[in-house]
Amino acid sequence: MLLGASALIAAPHIARAATLDDAAGRVVTIPAKAERLFPAGPPAALAIYTLAPEALLGWTRGNSPQERAYLHPEYGALGPVGRLTGRGNTTNLETLLQLKPDLIVDVGSVNRTYIEMADRVQAQSGIPYALLDGRFERIAASYRLLGALTGRQSRGNELADYCEHVVRTCRDRIASVARDKRPRVYYARGPRGLDTALGGSINVETIEFMGAVNVAGETKGGLATVSLEQVLLWNPGIIITIDDTFAANVRNDPAWKGVKAVQSGNVHLSPTLPFGWVDFPPSVNRMPGLWWLGKILYPALFPENLTAVTRDFYTRFYHHAPTDAQIAAVLEGRG
Amino acid sequence: MTKTSGLRVSGWRGGALAVAALVVCVIIAFVAGRFPVSLSDLVHALWSRLSGQPSGLPASVETVIFNIRGPRVVAAVLCGAALAVAGTAFQGLFRNPLVSPDLLGASSGSALGAVLGIYFSLGIFAIQGLAFVGGLVAVAAVYAVGSAIRAGDKILVLVLTGVVIGSLLGAGIGLIKYLADPYNQLPAMTFWLLGSLAGTDPSDILPLFGPVLVGTIVLFLLRWRMNVMSLPEDEAQALGLATGPLRFAIVAAATLVTAASVAAAGIIGWVGLVVPHLARFLVGPDFGRLLPTAAILGGGYLLLIDTLARTIAPVEIPLGILTAVIGTPFFIWLLAVSHRSWS
Repeated sequence: MLLGASALIAAPHIARAATLDDAAGRVVTIPAKAERLFPAGPPAALAIYTLAPEALLGWTRGNSPQERAYLHPEYGALGPVGRLTGRGNTTNLETLLQLKPDLIVDVGSVNRTYIEMADRVQAQSGIPYALLDGRFERIAASYRLLGALTGRQSRGNELADYCEHVVRTCRDRIASVARDKRPRVYYARGPRGLDTALGGSINVETIEFMGAVNVAGETKGGLATVSLEQVLLWNPGIIITIDDTFAANVRNDPAWKGVKAVQSGNVHLSPTLPFGWVDFPPSVNRMPGLWWLGKILYPALFPENLTAVTRDFYTRFYHHAPTDAQIAAVLEGRG
Repeated sequence: MTKTSGLRVSGWRGGALAVAALVVCVIIAFVAGRFPVSLSDLVHALWSRLSGQPSGLPASVETVIFNIRGPRVVAAVLCGAALAVAGTAFQGLFRNPLVSPDLLGASSGSALGAVLGIYFSLGIFAIQGLAFVGGLVAVAAVYAVGSAIRAGDKILVLVLTGVVIGSLLGAGIGLIKYLADPYNQLPAMTFWLLGSLAGTDPSDILPLFGPVLVGTIVLFLLRWRMNVMSLPEDEAQALGLATGPLRFAIVAAATLVTAASVAAAGIIGWVGLVVPHLARFLVGPDFGRLLPTAAILGGGYLLLIDTLARTIAPVEIPLGILTAVIGTPFFIWLLAVSHRSWS
C-alpha cells in the first residue's frame, strides 16, 4: 500500500519525462536532471566516473592514496557510499535517500536476481534505477545507454566509439592467427598462484577475448584452485598473474621450474593502478589491458607503444594525465 | 561396552590393520595424480635419492615426486593424524562423543588469523603463522575466561565459554570477509576456509611436523591419566589425580596439533569428530591404544580424501567438502551395522 502510494505521489512529477529501456528491458524514466548519480557497485562507479565524474556521488569503497594518484584530485577522492547489490548490501536505503540521487546505476550481470533487486529498490525509494550490462563486449553499448539516460549523449558516444575502435582493432588483428597458433595461457591468482579462472569466467574475459587458450578453460565456471601437478601437465607457455607475491617468487621456486612459461621468462604481472588491467573490477579498466595482452600474446601483431596508449586512455577516461614515471610504475605491475 | 561386534578387532591386531591400511594409502597416493608417475618411476626416484645415483627420469617427474606430491602426501597424513589425535583427546577429556577439536575455538581462531593475513595481503608464511598463533590465542583466551569463572561445573563452563568465544570469532571472520575486496581477497578467504592442501611445498612440512609431534607425544605420555580422566571428575580426584593441571596439559597439547593442522590445510571438519569413533570401534577405549590408532586412521583417511581431491577433476575439490560427503554415508553405514554402544 505504502509503496503504491509513494509511486502515485512521484508519478505526476515524472509523468512528462521520457523513458528508455535499460539492458534488462526495464522501462527507466530519464531523470529531468542527472547531476547526482549513485553507483550500485564498483563497475557502476567506474562507468559513472569515466562518463560524468562531476555527477558521481561517491565510490563503493574509497580509493587508496596510490590509486588516487592516477585519478582526478577531487572526484577520485570522493568517499565510500557502499554497495547496493544483493545480500552484500552495505548501504541502507535511508542513507541512499539522504544523498538525493537523481538516478541509481548498476553495471553487471543482468539476471533475475538483479532485476528484482532493481525493481524493489526503485519502488521503495522512488528513484529510477538503471541496469546496464557489464559484459566486456557490451561496454560500448552501456556507455551509450548511460549517456542517453543522463543527458550526456555526446560524451557517452565518444567513450563508446573509443572502446569499439579498440575492440574492433584487436579482433581484426587476432583473426589472422590460426587456431593452433594461439598461445596457451595459465591465469594465476593467490600468493601460491594456484587459484585460477575456469572457462567463461568473467575474470578471464579479456584473455579469452584476445584469442588465447585458457588452459583451465575446458571446465566452465568461476574461480577454482588447481594443483601444481595439473599446471605442469598443462605446461602453459604464458602465465598471466595479478598477484605480486606469486610473480616475485615463482622464478626461484624449484617446483615451478618445469613449467614452460617460467623457463622462458613468460610470467607477466598485470598492471593494477588505479584499476586492474585484466581482472577486477570487471569494467572499462580492462580496455588498456587488451593492448598489454596483445603485446604479450602476439608481439609481432601489436607494435604500439604502451606508454602512449596508457597516457591516451588514462587522460580520456580517468581525467588525469599521468607523468612518464607514473606510467612506468603502472606498466611494471605495481606503482 | 558389554556387547562386542564381529567387526571389532582386539588388541594390537587392530593397530596392525590400521598401519597396513596407511601404508597402502601412501603407495596409492604417490602413484595417483594428474601428472603420470608410475610405480617403477617412484621406485627409481627413491632409489636414486638413497644411492645418490642419477635416476634417468625426466626432471619433471622428480619434481612432482619430491617437491609437489611428496610434501603433500606427508602433510595430508600429518594433518589427518593431528585432527584425529586432538579429537580423541577432547572426546576423552570432555567425556562426550560429540566433541571435535574446534570445541574450544582452535579452528575459529586459526581461521580469523588466516583471514586477517589475507585481508592485509601478507605472504604465505605470514598467513600460516597468523593462523597458527590465532588458534593458540583463541584457546588460551577460552581457557583463561573459563578458569576465571568459579561457578558450577568446570567442564561445562569451559565448553560454554568455548562456544560463545567461538561465535565471537565467527563474527570477526564475517566482518573481515564483509570488508574484504570482493574481487581478489574474498575468493581467497573462501578457498582457505574450505580447506585445501593444494599449495603444500617442502618448506611447509617442518612447521607442521614439529607441533604435531610434540603435542602427540605429550598426549601419549599422559595416556594412563587420560583413562582416569574419562571417569567423572570427583572419582578421578578420589583416585588422587590433579585434574586441573592435567586438563590444562591435554588442552594445550591438543590445541597445538589442531592449530598446526589448520594453519597448513585450512578448516577440515569431520576427521576430528568421527575418526576417534572409528578408532574406538577398532581397538576399544583404552587411551594407550586408541591414540596411535586414531592417528593412523586419521592420517590414512585424510590422505585418501586428499588423493581424491587432486585426482578426480582438473580443478581441486575442497577437502572440507569431500571429507563430509564421503565420510558421512560410511559413518552411517557403520552405525547401522555395528549394533553396539558408541560411548
